[in-house]
Amino acid sequence: MTMLEIRNLSISFGGLRAVDDFNVEVKKGCLYGLIGPNGAGKTTVFNLLTGVYKPNEGIITLDGQDITGKRTIDINHAGIARTFQNIRLFKDLSVADNVKVGLHNHMHYNTLEGILRLPRYRAVEKQLQEQALELLKVFELEAEAEVLAANLPYGKQRMLEIARALATKPKLLLLDEPAAGMNPNETLELMDTIKFVQDHFDMTIILIEHDMRLVSGICEELTVLNFGRVLCQGATNDVLKDPEVIKAYLGE
Amino acid sequence: MRMMAAKIKSNKVLRSNLITFGMVIGVYIIVQILVAAGAVSSLVRGLLVPLCTYAILAVSLNLTVGILGELSLGHAGFMCIGAFSSAFFSKCMQDVIPIAGIRFTIAILIGALTAGVFGLLIGIPVLRLKGDYLAIVTLAFGEIAKNIINMLYVGIDESGIHFSTRNSLELNLSGNGVVIIQGAQGITGTPNDSSFTVGILLLLITLVVILNLIHSRDGRAIMAIRDNTIAAESVGINITKYKLMAFSISASFAGVAGVLYAHNLSSLSATSKNFGYNMSIMILVFVVLGGIGNIRGSIIAAVVLTLLPELLRGLNDYRMLIYAVVLIAMMLFNWAPSCIRWREKIVYKLKSGKKHTKGAE
Ligand SMILES: Nc1ncnc2c1ncn2[C@@H]1O[C@H](COP(=O)(O)OP(=O)(O)O)[C@@H](O)[C@H]1O
Ligand SMILES: [Mg+2]
Repeated sequence: MTMLEIRNLSISFGGLRAVDDFNVEVKKGCLYGLIGPNGAGKTTVFNLLTGVYKPNEGIITLDGQDITGKRTIDINHAGIARTFQNIRLFKDLSVADNVKVGLHNHMHYNTLEGILRLPRYRAVEKQLQEQALELLKVFELEAEAEVLAANLPYGKQRMLEIARALATKPKLLLLDEPAAGMNPNETLELMDTIKFVQDHFDMTIILIEHDMRLVSGICEELTVLNFGRVLCQGATNDVLKDPEVIKAYLGE
Repeated sequence: MRMMAAKIKSNKVLRSNLITFGMVIGVYIIVQILVAAGAVSSLVRGLLVPLCTYAILAVSLNLTVGILGELSLGHAGFMCIGAFSSAFFSKCMQDVIPIAGIRFTIAILIGALTAGVFGLLIGIPVLRLKGDYLAIVTLAFGEIAKNIINMLYVGIDESGIHFSTRNSLELNLSGNGVVIIQGAQGITGTPNDSSFTVGILLLLITLVVILNLIHSRDGRAIMAIRDNTIAAESVGINITKYKLMAFSISASFAGVAGVLYAHNLSSLSATSKNFGYNMSIMILVFVVLGGIGNIRGSIIAAVVLTLLPELLRGLNDYRMLIYAVVLIAMMLFNWAPSCIRWREKIVYKLKSGKKHTKGAE
């Protein structure tokens, strides 16, 4: 079963072909790695997947549904959630509220019910709080639930971003360099957490990462990008042995 | 544990809101007692309704500036729209609806609705754009609204409403017709339905709506957009919808303030003093000095900065000096990093002090 299929995806910025004829197929439940040197076009692929940029060419299919060129929020509703390379939290909201914004489209009461504090407001807010704390527990953030997101240490901010993305109940989770800026201990913990998310939520995950221990440790399949083009694609072990890959990327 | 965390959070919000309501009601009671005892000068008595007006304006602007994070420089324009639409209604209906309470309630709804609709009309094209266009457009809107009303003549007779932009003769009214809006002279003879009590009630309603909105699902979405629009979009928040919601609610309460203002005067005209750019900036000053996003602070700043120049009148030359010093002091207290640290330290000490005594018991 295929969760994500990308065919002939391309985008240019001025003269630069940041992503050039990119093809990939990600199976349901797979933990897929996207690696390559800086500037290779990895983040741009995520931006194309989430509708931040519109592709010049290509088709993106999520779980059988064509999502090419749709708006970011529609793509989120269709089932893609992401984190950002440079952390983007709602910094003046509490940790719990960050997750509740993620839950926004899954639990409803209308504006009037909120302003008048009607029974539905109370009932739904209680559920929101419970679900938010449940998710925060997975990331060991429940003790910090009422702390402002901006006051979290760096590693925990990265975790909160993943929690917020998961709160939107996606089919596909995109993680953009989640280990960047983490110390080795935090990276190990992150590795366990990502594995746990994959198993526990039955999640399909695409991971952009530079830390090769993390990539070789948990990714089942890999694509190596170089100058916007696919250099190599396949099972992690095969890809990491490929001489071209070693030359272009790992050998640096 | 889980339930406890939920309780603590909602208790904290509840307590902060209660302090705000308590403060307003407390001031109201004290003022009423002082007025009854004859201890309030007529000068200050005349300021009571304007104080409520400014407080509502500051609180509602804070929804746009502090909670949505957009800069609006035309808040007085929405106040102007609310003032004239409601005064027009009240003057027309003065004899048709003799019960002041009912007439004024409808007038308030009309003022709020008209201003809110204008908020939507401006917001729909502008808030979809990325960038700080709202400041420029609202600035222009405020001036245009004021100037258009200044040249507008509106009259009414059996055949309906007549408009002109030149003079009242061109309205071609029949013998029974009356001119309601008379160009730069505005509207005269609006029923004086406003009072301090009504003002406080409207301020309380404004507070309930805006504070409850902030601490609801919609409020979280609005603040998420403020903190990081790209991230909010990525988790499926409809940016345009929530920006429009915050901005038009903010505009409609400016309209309510306008209704209160209009029904406090026997003659209402649009000048650069009451509905112009200066007024918009003054409201913004209340918001900034009271603390962006701090609703209670907006009220305090509006009251202090309105009362101060009046109370200092006796000091003549020193008046503006003291006013300036207070402005600077308030700004430092709210915004200087060392002051913020100092305040946090005091709060921390007070809190840990409490815990300490509890432990000792
Ligand atoms: N919005 C943009 N405008 C112009 N160039 C861009 C834009 N986004 C990305 N690029 C360029 O595309 C290339 C790929 O960038 P990116 O996807 O961020 O690389 P990485 O693989 O490090 O994530 C880089 O050369 C970058 O400068
Ligand atoms: Mg990148």
